[in-house]
Amino acid sequence: MTDLRDLYQQIILDHNRNPRNYREIPDATKRVDGYNPLCGDHYTVFVDLDGDVIKDISFTGNGCAISKASASVMTTAVKGKRMDEAEKLFDTFHKLVTGEPAGLSEADLGRLAAFSGVSEFPARVKCATLAWHTLHNALQGEQEVVTTE
Amino acid sequence: MSAVLQEKGYDVARVRRDFPILHRTIRGGRKLVYLDNAATTQKPQCVIDRLVRYYSEENSNVHRGVHYLSEIATAAYEAARTTVKRFINARDEKEIVFTRGTTEGINLVASSWGRRNLGRGDEVLITAIEHHSNIVPWQMLCEETGATLRVVPVNDAGEVMLDEYASLLTRRVRLVAFGHASNALGTINPVKRMISMARENGSIVLIDGAQGVPHLAVDVQDLDCDFYAFSGHKVYGPTGIGVLYGKQALLESMPPYQGGGDMILSVTFEKTTYNALPYKFEAGTPNISGVIGLASALDYVSSIGLKNIAAHEHDLLLHATARLSEIKGLRIIGTAADKASVISFTLAGVHPHDIGTILDQEGIAIRTGHHCAQPLMMRFNVPATGRASFGLYNTREEADALVTGLHKVLEVFRG
Repeated sequence: MTDLRDLYQQIILDHNRNPRNYREIPDATKRVDGYNPLCGDHYTVFVDLDGDVIKDISFTGNGCAISKASASVMTTAVKGKRMDEAEKLFDTFHKLVTGEPAGLSEADLGRLAAFSGVSEFPARVKCATLAWHTLHNALQGEQEVVTTE
Repeated sequence: MSAVLQEKGYDVARVRRDFPILHRTIRGGRKLVYLDNAATTQKPQCVIDRLVRYYSEENSNVHRGVHYLSEIATAAYEAARTTVKRFINARDEKEIVFTRGTTEGINLVASSWGRRNLGRGDEVLITAIEHHSNIVPWQMLCEETGATLRVVPVNDAGEVMLDEYASLLTRRVRLVAFGHASNALGTINPVKRMISMARENGSIVLIDGAQGVPHLAVDVQDLDCDFYAFSGHKVYGPTGIGVLYGKQALLESMPPYQGGGDMILSVTFEKTTYNALPYKFEAGTPNISGVIGLASALDYVSSIGLKNIAAHEHDLLLHATARLSEIKGLRIIGTAADKASVISFTLAGVHPHDIGTILDQEGIAIRTGHHCAQPLMMRFNVPATGRASFGLYNTREEADALVTGLHKVLEVFRG
């Protein structure tokens, strides 16, 4: 049996309880909604760009622990990064949670490594990637609501 | 299992022996605790055997061939119709239309009766606790015909507000549609009273019986509803088969729902003559094995007795409600006085989806989410709930296992 602690690691529980960058950015360059109709998870991601650098990023909304912690960790991971670096991180994260062997090192992943357990729970991949899909669409300039269904 | 019920002869251990899936283990050797019966029920061996026998010995198309297999398949198919007729006490086999499930039954009525009878200024009345399948077909119909959809509100316990119902029930209401019991909250509606109020108003009444038939003895003549739709898979039968009951005169007056084989008497390129009831509404080769399997499931339920099943499930509901109420931060959504064995709940600080995953690791299957009742979730201001729903084979020990599992959830989340 897969240990629940592999999924609900301390970092995830912590970010769920005390989400970082959990606020609105009133004059954000981008503001995109992400929605998972299956479980009702609903987030808004705010991105403030300076050229192609993510100067500030935040989110609001509610959902399960995996989706909320993922959104929180994501904001801390991409803040100050260039857009292409953020996209690359999304790619890395996606491989991590879907269990795709990508030769990822702890150094590549940093805090994102806490989500490695998600690959053992296929039903939860959509939870873990919701905020990332939302960010991706914000960076691609698509403003409509993102869904992971 | 309470002593009282054992005295009455409800032997849940014996019932459980009839369901092979209940004896498998999951998630590393854990006992399966299946509490997702409002989504679908498990199948007894007799239903599984009946499907195997049909495909091993009887498989053929119905109503067509003159050969031996077609004769026995047709006989079994039509005998199943009689079984359904008796089970819900319809007046005639002609009133029993086989569908894919409750959803198709409702769509059939919306499409066939609705398009012909509704127009601008008319209203369809539903309630706030409906499943999406008893909302969306009416929305689509209203959009097409210009009719208006109205919704009877529910109180904080999740009960339909009858005074509001009475005041919404105006002459404009041509059709009223509501569930026998709510899949999301378990509320059992006072259907007989609501039907008689609608009839006095001259409105047609459809009952979504998906959650009614598994838990309550249904007598459509006594209810006096115009339509009653239910699904086989929620009453221990196969998936993909359901029943639409309709009063004969109404069904006669309605145009076919789909065109094709079996629903016609004669076809030329100039004109087609439709078949008689119920075949007019059964276009194409039907789900023959599903129909036969459904009859087997209804026979099984009858052999145990719906009164006994209802008493057993009510005992489980009371026991589980009391045990769950002991958990700090647990809130039961839906506290109607009259409830089927469905408990929807939230746990402070833990999202239902996380509850579902953790319980699953313990071998406990519950449903989490909006239960295809998003407007209802909004009414109670929750994005989702966890839902434990009990069937005829569940035990008090399984309800206790749920409580233990929820304590484990709290352990993970609150440390």
